[in-house]
Amino acid sequence: MNIPEDRNYAATHEWASEPQDGIVTVGISDFAQDQLGDVVFVELPEVGAAVDAGDAVAVVESVKTASDIYAPLTGTVEEVNDDLEAAPERINEDPYGAGWLFRLRVEGDDGRDELLDADAYRSVCEEEA
Amino acid sequence: MSGHDAPLLFERSRAGRRAARPPRVDGPPVEELLAGAALREVAPKLPEVSELDLVRHFTQLAHRQFSIDGNVYPLGSCTMKYNPKVHEDAAMLFADLHPYQDPESAQGILSLLGGLQHDLEVLTGMDEVTLQPAAGAHGELAGMLMIRAYHRAAGEDAQRRIVIVPDAAHGTNPATASMVGYDVVEVPTGPNGEMDVAAFEAALSPEVAAVMLTNPSTLGIFESQIRRIADAAHAVGAQLYYDGANLNAIVGKARPGDMGFDVVHLNLHKTFTTPHGGGGPGTGPVGVKEHLAPYLPAPVLTHGDDGWRWDEDRPRSIGRMRSYYGNVGNLVRAYAYIRTLGLDGLRDVAEKAVLNANYLRVRMAEQGYPSAYDRSCMHEFVARPPEGLRTLDVAKALLDEGMHPMTVYFPLVVKEAMMVEPTETESLESLDAYAEALGRIRELAVADPEAFAAAPRTTPVRRLDEVAAARRPVLRWSPETHEAISGREDEAG
Repeated sequence: MNIPEDRNYAATHEWASEPQDGIVTVGISDFAQDQLGDVVFVELPEVGAAVDAGDAVAVVESVKTASDIYAPLTGTVEEVNDDLEAAPERINEDPYGAGWLFRLRVEGDDGRDELLDADAYRSVCEEEA
Repeated sequence: MSGHDAPLLFERSRAGRRAARPPRVDGPPVEELLAGAALREVAPKLPEVSELDLVRHFTQLAHRQFSIDGNVYPLGSCTMKYNPKVHEDAAMLFADLHPYQDPESAQGILSLLGGLQHDLEVLTGMDEVTLQPAAGAHGELAGMLMIRAYHRAAGEDAQRRIVIVPDAAHGTNPATASMVGYDVVEVPTGPNGEMDVAAFEAALSPEVAAVMLTNPSTLGIFESQIRRIADAAHAVGAQLYYDGANLNAIVGKARPGDMGFDVVHLNLHKTFTTPHGGGGPGTGPVGVKEHLAPYLPAPVLTHGDDGWRWDEDRPRSIGRMRSYYGNVGNLVRAYAYIRTLGLDGLRDVAEKAVLNANYLRVRMAEQGYPSAYDRSCMHEFVARPPEGLRTLDVAKALLDEGMHPMTVYFPLVVKEAMMVEPTETESLESLDAYAEALGRIRELAVADPEAFAAAPRTTPVRRLDEVAAARRPVLRWSPETHEAISGREDEAG
């Protein structure tokens, strides 16, 4: 199971990168894309939307199911990955890279303390597998 | 399958061929009658075929049809029970009526519809029923619009923004709530398969407009805490909505009205055997308790000294939901079913539906397909495939056994869900055959994984590329799209 250590995870299977100039990139984990199967459609949040950690902000749809994606942190949507509209398969192929979903501008208490590190997230996945 | 195996009518088309030639009509030419905006500049590109082309096309398609008349069809939550053929005779009795006929000359059908309303009121424990909605989801919309109108009349529309649904709900429940303008809050399923009542109670507040439930749930489990749920919902002023998709489990045995529900929609194409799948059309009557009756869709069918008539004077009505009064042909079929079986017969339906589901649940567990919840079920159950197998592959392999798969990957709360509803109309032998087919499939998966992954091999259409179909759907035929699709098939080999 591929769980990079350079980022944090929500128990609902989203990852959040370390902030760079106040910007955090968000996607779903390798475990999540594997459970979903081939992704066929993605609904992304609107740029400029203020989101709270835990809000359902996006939808990822695969052949067998549709899943809400929750904001792992509190912030403002800075950018969304428009490429996914034409190529949702990137979420399956490269969940930690080209398959990113959106970027959040965060400041102050964004809720990162509530997120898991790679080891803790690995146990969540092992429990669910 | 390539397009050449079952050509479309468009592909069979040859200029000048006709299946029928309408008689010449005296009078001014059509160009003159339709002159102006209504007249097309270019004739539509309709297929031009002979009568025999036409008959062969549809007959060939009909032979490929997979239906309850030909095969076992235990599609969970859909109640694909047999549709008795005698109902067709009953429906034909009324085939010459016209919806614009004066009610005085149509008292027979109106009295039948009035009788059906009454029977559905008795079976659901509701005070009034409308037969207008044309399908289950349409009935849901009517029911939720009535709830919203009720809150609005009480001056609480701005306050009540939330509709609660369990996470195992039919997708139409949150979709309907959303269409009516509500925010949806989801409540999780507890470890016993019932809605988590503590989480439910924590979600309740005076902001809640309604709670939408089906009982038994989509997991085939009866919500044993339903009275407590109803009392708690009513205590904060919320209305309780009953999704009638699973009524087959309790028809004649228990009534949503007695459980505390305020609104009920029924799917006559499920519990009451009107045609289902292949277009139906559906029928979604809605029953309400007295306090919601003023909001029923107008017109309302009523009976007075002058017989059956339409009451159009309904100032608080949510309005019409549909032209005329529902899909009347299917309302006749449903009435024929109720009157043929009677209350005792309907009770027997529920008992046999539950017995069949429990028998198949145990037989499937013996074949390596354990239930998601280790307890007896109602009319359906959710099982899982043997370790290491994917539900999708098992479903495809069932087609080679000449059997329709169960509902797959629903409800979402169970991984690799296989939702099975045999209904009361399957015999012991066909239930055994289904379980044994699943046993053979399990053996095939071990003995010949390649053959297993390649199923189905015997159907007119082999395994579809569902991912490509979802990512790049081609929704309309044209010579150009035909070329493109053929190219894609060649690529895939």
